[in-house]
Amino acid sequence: MPVYKLMVNGKERKVDVADDTPLLWVLRDHLGLPGTKFGCGMGQCGACTIHLNGSAVKSCLLPVSAVGTSKVTTIEGLSAKGDHPLQLAWDEEDVPQCGYCQAGQIMTAAAFLARNPNPTEQQVMDAMHGNICRCGAYHRIRQGVLAAARKKKK
Amino acid sequence: MASVKDSRRSFIRNVALAGGGLMIGFRWDTVKAKMPSVIHAADTAAATFNSYLTVGTDGIVTIWSPNPELGQNIMTSFAQIVAEELDADWKKVRVLQAPLDTKRFDRQLTGGSGAIPHSWMRLRKAGASARHLLVAAAAKRWGVPASECTTELNTVHHKPSKRSLEYGALAEEAAGMTLPEEVKLKDKKDFKLIGRPLRNVANKDIVTGKGIYGIDFVREGMVYAMIQRPTAFGTRIKSVNDAKARSMPGIIDVVRFKNYVAVVGRSTWEVLKARKELVVEYESEGPALESTADHERLQKEMLDSDKLTVRRKNGDVAAAFAAAAKIVKAEYQSPFVVHSPMEPMNFFADVRTDGVELVGPTQTPGSARSQVSKLLGVPEDKITVQLTRLGGGFGRRLRNDYALEAAELSSIIKKPVKLIWTREDDMTGGIYRPSVRYRFEAALDAKGNMIGYKLRGAGVNADNSTREDNFPSGAVDNLLIESADHKSPITTGAWRAPTTNFLAYAEQAFLDEVALAAGKDPVQFRLELLDRARKKPVGAIKYNIDRMEGVIKTAAERSGWGKKKGVFQGFSVYFSHASYVAQVCEVAMKDGKPAVKKVYAVSDCGPIINESGARQQVMGAIVDGMGHAMYSRLSFREGRPQQTNYHQYRLIRMKEIPEVDVYFMSTDYDPTGLGEPALPPTGGAVANAFFRATGKRLYKQPFINDLGG
Ligand code: FES
Ligand code: FES
Repeated sequence: MPVYKLMVNGKERKVDVADDTPLLWVLRDHLGLPGTKFGCGMGQCGACTIHLNGSAVKSCLLPVSAVGTSKVTTIEGLSAKGDHPLQLAWDEEDVPQCGYCQAGQIMTAAAFLARNPNPTEQQVMDAMHGNICRCGAYHRIRQGVLAAARKKKK
Repeated sequence: MASVKDSRRSFIRNVALAGGGLMIGFRWDTVKAKMPSVIHAADTAAATFNSYLTVGTDGIVTIWSPNPELGQNIMTSFAQIVAEELDADWKKVRVLQAPLDTKRFDRQLTGGSGAIPHSWMRLRKAGASARHLLVAAAAKRWGVPASECTTELNTVHHKPSKRSLEYGALAEEAAGMTLPEEVKLKDKKDFKLIGRPLRNVANKDIVTGKGIYGIDFVREGMVYAMIQRPTAFGTRIKSVNDAKARSMPGIIDVVRFKNYVAVVGRSTWEVLKARKELVVEYESEGPALESTADHERLQKEMLDSDKLTVRRKNGDVAAAFAAAAKIVKAEYQSPFVVHSPMEPMNFFADVRTDGVELVGPTQTPGSARSQVSKLLGVPEDKITVQLTRLGGGFGRRLRNDYALEAAELSSIIKKPVKLIWTREDDMTGGIYRPSVRYRFEAALDAKGNMIGYKLRGAGVNADNSTREDNFPSGAVDNLLIESADHKSPITTGAWRAPTTNFLAYAEQAFLDEVALAAGKDPVQFRLELLDRARKKPVGAIKYNIDRMEGVIKTAAERSGWGKKKGVFQGFSVYFSHASYVAQVCEVAMKDGKPAVKKVYAVSDCGPIINESGARQQVMGAIVDGMGHAMYSRLSFREGRPQQTNYHQYRLIRMKEIPEVDVYFMSTDYDPTGLGEPALPPTGGAVANAFFRATGKRLYKQPFINDLGG
């Protein structure tokens, strides 16, 4: 099995796994980063969303061999102190119910806001449509993204 | 001030903490005890008390939350109730998830929206008792009467002498004080924390990706496992060829037990890959394998048969229908649906010779333990259950099948193991909301009064698919409610708001039809029936007429019922889990097609504990209720589930949600649950609004099949 060198949350990490291992399981089982969640394993729910060079990617479909030198960011590395505007907004708007989908929601939203810091509500809904929240916390997820956008502007 | 008195001892006690400070012990098994009291030395076997609440010398108030947390926000709202009576400074409150401990806690489970009603007084007394002791300690130190002391934000004040002391500085002395015969509870009007939208205490852990869920649990030396289960209900293993799977990298073992083949390995992915290489042949257990078409036929046959079980009977329905000026008749159908909580099933088990350790997400940890005890023949006191946060439940984790699988597997391979289900396992592995078909008939007299009402429910593993004492029972002179059930190998279980999650839609949509046939406004029609039930109740009435009337009128008012242009409104009201919820759904045309725009929800569940969490529960329940009514369906072909993951099984997503207006009645009843009651009315309100918009009745879930799109 090949050894892969990955840049995860600003640190170089080595893993020795089969080349088809999805990044999701590398993070969870081999690198001790449980924040990225397994929901469906087939790109349908967004629970496993991470950033690859700043773009939101579903890690359940991304084989470790395809990561190369790209920078991987997970929810654990989104901010040093848990104070990314989205993380703060999530608390202020009291978004989570069970919370299981929320890391994926935040990572999707973070990549989106980086590209579009001033979104309309419709754009937020289009951007977040790929993330399922089984608890139905969609209203506050939407509010949270909009609140974070306002924070960023300040 | 409200106060309670009871002579029973040993309900609450205070003891000094080893590290200094006060601990309030709370005995949950003395259910009838109304009141904290002094404990005599002989009663103080520590094991019978839980360290429910402690006040440290640093002033930190630690509150244990005994119930499984699955997003209903119990950790926050429980602590909020205790902190209220304690007059704690919320910033100094810490909440900890308690492990399973049936000696110390009572009703340590999540289901039936029952936690708050069960614990409301207990939690208040725990907080009030601690406060009493802290005040007594301060009064003693100052040599003043306790009655002159007041409390606020973790501090005792003696205003006349302008002295104050923080709880931390009093904690040790408080532990030596005597609990009184009677503890004063606050007047509700003095509540400072209860009712406030305090944020979820777990937010920070959630948004920073802490491994707080069962699926995140790891233990040095553990192995990973997945199980191949029969692909069709009603089949069993005929043969297994595991040669290829065994030869795959990272695979430690392949074991067969019951109807399972378990693949055990070093990592999730290796196990997942190897499981695909198993060659397992199945054979029928005997009876014909069932398809959805069979269920439809069976349900019709049951509805037409004369072998239904009578659930409630008032008056003479045959005579009423014979005398009717008009008869309305309709049938409503619901499919199987999956709970599919976002976190797939998983459990950790370590079965050793000296005991069993279980860790994972379950709504019923006590039953997990007793079932494992029975399965493995290990006494319960040798089994521990650690509760993790649940990534949703919706009733699925009331069953512990996956915990039992993990325990049995660990006992076979003699290793600590984490068992994981994939999403496909979750969708195809059983325990669904049962499929039901209802037949309703109503008899109207010439004036449009409902003089007869008949309901027949035919389910597949649905048990009694009716709620025979719910409205309109009690308001109709001649009424007959019956049910029949087909026993199927397809496993079913409680799904958020069991039975009513579908029955309410059917009943409320049918009542809309009846109102129309009677030439009455749907809201007025319901109010007339309630008035009837009040003035001339027929048989037992198990709902509160005033409360139901209250939510109906308020919902009509808030939504501008019948007064709006450009939107089509549908009405619905339901009583379940001791709470009352009325909803008005608004459908508007968008690009020539009807779409749900808004849902008004008015709930009466007594006082709200946490305003933010409560609103969230209602919004979530409406999204859930509407989502499943609109989009979700699990069908079968020869025992095999036809939808295996979210690409085939549709869940509601962000762009499909309506606006929601949440309103709570302020009533003086004790609080009742809110995790479920806002869900049942939604399907009916939505169906009725679609009818107004399109003239088409939606008789079958999911609606999307009839609406197109
Ligand atoms: S787990 Fe990757 S999209 Fe669902
Ligand atoms: S908060 Fe539970 S799935 Fe989104």
